[in-house]
Amino acid sequence: MAKITMTVNGRQVSGLCDDRTLLVHFIRENLGLTGTHVGCDTTQCGACVVDMDGQSVKSCSILAVQAAGSSITTIEGLSANGELHPVQAAFKAHHGLQCGFCTPGMVMTAVDMIRRHGSNLDEATVRAELEGNICRCTGYHNIVQAILAAAAEMGGARHAAE
Amino acid sequence: MYDTNYHRASSIDEAVNIMAAAAEGKYLSGGMTLIPTMKQRLAAPSDLVDLRHIAEMKGIAVDGRSVRIGAASTHEEVATSAALAAVCPAICRLAAHIGDPHVRHMGTIGGSIANNDPAADYPAAMLALDAVIVTDRREISAGDFFTGLFETALEDGEIITAVRFEAPARAAYQKFPNPASRYAMTGVFVVRRDDGGVRVAVTGAGSDGVFRHPGLEAALAANWSPDAVANVMVDATDLLSDLHASAAYRANLVKVMTKRAVAAA
Amino acid sequence: MSVDGIGARVARKEDRRFLTGKGRYTDDMSVPGMKFAVFVRSPHAHATIKSIDAKAAKTMPGVIDVLDGKQLQADGIGNLICGWMIHSKDGSPMKMGAWRPLADKTVRYVGDAVAIVVADSVAEARDAAEAVAVDYEPLPVVTDPVEALGEGQPQIHSEAPKNLIFDWELGDAAAVDRAIAAAAHVTEMKIVNNRLSPNAMEPRAALGIYDAGDDHYTCYTTSQNPHLARLVMSAFYNVAPENKLRVIAPDVGGGFGSKIYIYPEEIVCLWASKRTGVPVKWTADRTEAFLTDAHGRDHVSTVKMAFDGNNRITALKVDTIANLGAYMSLFSSCVPTYLYATLLSGQYAIPAIHANVRTVYTNTAPVDAYRGAGRPEATYLLERTMETAARELGLPPGELRRINFIRTFPHQTPVIMNYDAGDYEASLNAAMEAADWNGFAARRAEAERRGMKRGIGMSCYIEACGLAPSAAVGSLGAGVGLWESAEVRVNAVGTIEVMTGSHSHGQGHETTFAQLVAERFGVPIDSVNIVHGDTDKVQMGMGTYGSRSGAVGMSAVAKALDKVEAKAKKVAAHLMEADERDVVIEDGALKVAGTDKSVPWSQVALASYTAHNLPSGMEPGLKESAFYDPSNFTFPAGCHICEVEVDPETGQTKIVQFVAADDFGNIINPMIVEGQVHGGLAQGIGQALLEGVHYDDSGQLLTASYMDYAMPRADDLPSFKVTTSNTPCPGNPLGVKGCGEAGAIGSPPALINAVTDAIGNNEITMPATPQKVWAAAQAAH
Repeated sequence: MAKITMTVNGRQVSGLCDDRTLLVHFIRENLGLTGTHVGCDTTQCGACVVDMDGQSVKSCSILAVQAAGSSITTIEGLSANGELHPVQAAFKAHHGLQCGFCTPGMVMTAVDMIRRHGSNLDEATVRAELEGNICRCTGYHNIVQAILAAAAEMGGARHAAE
Repeated sequence: MYDTNYHRASSIDEAVNIMAAAAEGKYLSGGMTLIPTMKQRLAAPSDLVDLRHIAEMKGIAVDGRSVRIGAASTHEEVATSAALAAVCPAICRLAAHIGDPHVRHMGTIGGSIANNDPAADYPAAMLALDAVIVTDRREISAGDFFTGLFETALEDGEIITAVRFEAPARAAYQKFPNPASRYAMTGVFVVRRDDGGVRVAVTGAGSDGVFRHPGLEAALAANWSPDAVANVMVDATDLLSDLHASAAYRANLVKVMTKRAVAAA
Repeated sequence: MSVDGIGARVARKEDRRFLTGKGRYTDDMSVPGMKFAVFVRSPHAHATIKSIDAKAAKTMPGVIDVLDGKQLQADGIGNLICGWMIHSKDGSPMKMGAWRPLADKTVRYVGDAVAIVVADSVAEARDAAEAVAVDYEPLPVVTDPVEALGEGQPQIHSEAPKNLIFDWELGDAAAVDRAIAAAAHVTEMKIVNNRLSPNAMEPRAALGIYDAGDDHYTCYTTSQNPHLARLVMSAFYNVAPENKLRVIAPDVGGGFGSKIYIYPEEIVCLWASKRTGVPVKWTADRTEAFLTDAHGRDHVSTVKMAFDGNNRITALKVDTIANLGAYMSLFSSCVPTYLYATLLSGQYAIPAIHANVRTVYTNTAPVDAYRGAGRPEATYLLERTMETAARELGLPPGELRRINFIRTFPHQTPVIMNYDAGDYEASLNAAMEAADWNGFAARRAEAERRGMKRGIGMSCYIEACGLAPSAAVGSLGAGVGLWESAEVRVNAVGTIEVMTGSHSHGQGHETTFAQLVAERFGVPIDSVNIVHGDTDKVQMGMGTYGSRSGAVGMSAVAKALDKVEAKAKKVAAHLMEADERDVVIEDGALKVAGTDKSVPWSQVALASYTAHNLPSGMEPGLKESAFYDPSNFTFPAGCHICEVEVDPETGQTKIVQFVAADDFGNIINPMIVEGQVHGGLAQGIGQALLEGVHYDDSGQLLTASYMDYAMPRADDLPSFKVTTSNTPCPGNPLGVKGCGEAGAIGSPPALINAVTDAIGNNEITMPATPQKVWAAAQAAH
């Protein structure tokens, strides 16, 4: 048993867990943040993607103790004050989700993708960047549209702010 | 996952000492292979020694054509290093196509090389670049380092701290991914030195792990051109055969990927 | 049309919770005292259980108990059953072997559950599961359905000699044989339909909660049809009487058929909760999902298609062997029979059809309905054969299809179905135009210059949806009726709740069903809530599968809305002192036509509940329910065109364009319909290009994770061109046909027709992996 402390969605949290506890299980079970999902055993589906210290990671393949001291953002921490984040809004506007299970990982992935590429995203890049996220419902068509739209909007917003 | 004991090391010495005291310890870098393997209960280390917070294992240094990549450098850091891209863009492109973005944020070059998965990308680069694997106690040439499937020359407790190589005149990597896992079903790294020396290293195809192909090297040394590959025999005898690709198909892929790598170099 | 009404691209009401991490799936549920289950599963494909020793496991840290099949048997828990009776052509009933929720004597596939471990944590339960010592005596194994029927093969169930479950036929064999003998041309093929794993992204899960105080059970589970789960668990598995069992299917992360069935795990978790006195939660990992979720397809068929001198089809003869795996899953028997052979006429006027279907036990996971269920198998067989025939006859593929299209409706096929409406040429024309079919030759030449092999292929599919008229399916062997129910509850303030027996696990019912209400009453869509998935809240219903929720589920809602409307008009007429026949509903108010008299919807609702001033003799309240039983299937149809480029050096196939031109009848929400098509196409393309379940000869599953089972990813797929045409369905009040499965039905043959066109070799099986395509391309030269 280890007592670990980390920052999750801006709040410092502590908890007891086995050294073998995965970060995703710490988030889901210790913290009750069940928006982060587990869809495979082999680090491939991406339903568990969260942001750790500014980069997207797969929380099913990181021990909670490895993340001790880190700052984590989960899907629950993405939007503030009841407003959807532009990526969340774009997924809704473009019907980029159906059953919703892969959605938190998809959204977190899209946010990271846009962080790295800005508005310079094209369809081929988005599809390549989604290699680590599997969706069984949408055929990806509308996910790709949503990410392109969010990137354009966020890029536009950034330009406007400059 | 079986029970384990986690330790976070802040220096190489500390990591070595923790490992020496452990019953069946394992170094943990990005963990992108080790943690999934432990989840499947296919590995059960008594202790994990986390190397991710050791400052001396980080950083990419380029001096002229001499390259030194700290073992704890992530695939993302290698993929996006401008200094590296200026002298050896092939290794940046290789790193940019390992796993997926999230895996690249965690996985490290040292971890990949130490694991020596027969379908991993980096071993082909190391072998073709004639890299030197630097550890806490010695330097090992890539040719001596990779000794078989998931086997390396590393001794108990030995830590890879960095890799070094001289950037070649031309290099490129071409990978044909497994449709399911996206690991290399066949990947070929080609290098041509200023003196005309050629190395061709193949990953994903060999039944004993990464290997060099003398026939392809000779043909390309004589004529550095995609066309030079056409008449080389690639023997399927020692190649992997599985659900996704027969040995004969892999033999074909070795030639096609080599040809395309030469064209891209 | 109101802004939120029928035909509007309304953004989904349910999206906010999914997008903000507030979805509530079964594994997200937590109740006080809850413990965790792990199943001990057979590592053998076929073996006798000599003994199970759980003594050591029971002493391990955190372990509450370990329970096995003998205890389950002693407590009277029944066998899992197949709910659709099929009779062989000799009149004998199908030969169903016993399926125990926990195997106690024999295991028949890798993954067969033998015991459950309940512990404080999943990790501790897994540690203990490894310590349960099961002594197996391995038996010989057969995994191939054709081999399983042969001499000297392992006998999997004593009830089914030679592993034959039934030998069934449909159609007129003599007429077909006569037509083949007299034919100008006969196209013959062997068709293999590959085995698939459904792979809903949410793994199956169950939380069983026994309340000793009330002797009552609650089951949270990943189900497409919670009421059916409750019915079957009560009536057949003896878990609890229906009034003592609440089944809740909360947010469910995709189903595609795999979550229709009632599996051993939910039964065992409920039973174990009573046995252990604690709530018991089990969640599958992905490998368990590969091992134990019902698989799909797995047919081996031969086909003969006969033509006259005018290239008209005169007969179709089909012989199919269908692998049902180690046990008969809930609907496994109807998939290769009434959902398959009845669609073998496709879009074509075929005078004589005969199909013979043999179903077989093997030492593999159970096989049941997977998106499309029988109809993809029929379409693949028919459209591969049509394409091959066109090549043999030297006709353009569209032309051969045009010659044979059904053009008048209703059309009675020789295989039961009566098509009610359609315009197949319209879909074909729309698809060919969208794909620029006529420009293909130039594109192929351009690709050739780049060293690439370009090919184009089409598929004209039909399916039967809107399952189904209850009396008709009853006469064919179904154990249940396939109607749907709805209750519309207008609250006193005018907001509306609709209880539906349909279940949404990605389809967006919370939006589309609300659109129907918004359209009818002119109320804001946000004032309408759709309630589903809980047997305590919702009246008996039949759930969601077979593209039935629009055609059947929404029709039930429409019927209940009719009743609400009638009563609301009576109330309003009374309030306005008008004749109810003059009352109309517009923009959220009830008005007397041609006057300025009007009462708001909310006031009518309130008046209904205050009951201070109702027409004499009228009951208070404004709540109505309806059961809708369809009069026929619906028949969505369309044309898919796929264009590919094959890299001849590697065998890699790239889809350069994919067009789907579908006729779904009337459409409630085009955005959601397009999404359903996209998803179906991805699964169909996955089947054709990437996916395949493989067992080795010893029955070990080789494709037990995403490392070996190739799931379609974003970069495997193109953006799709999707168009729709509309011949409204005459059989239901909304004129809708259903759109959930079409993509998965129409796309595989289009893709394989394109690949075989590209490489000039017709011999290729799904999935067309790079290795296979490379080998076939080599063989073509």
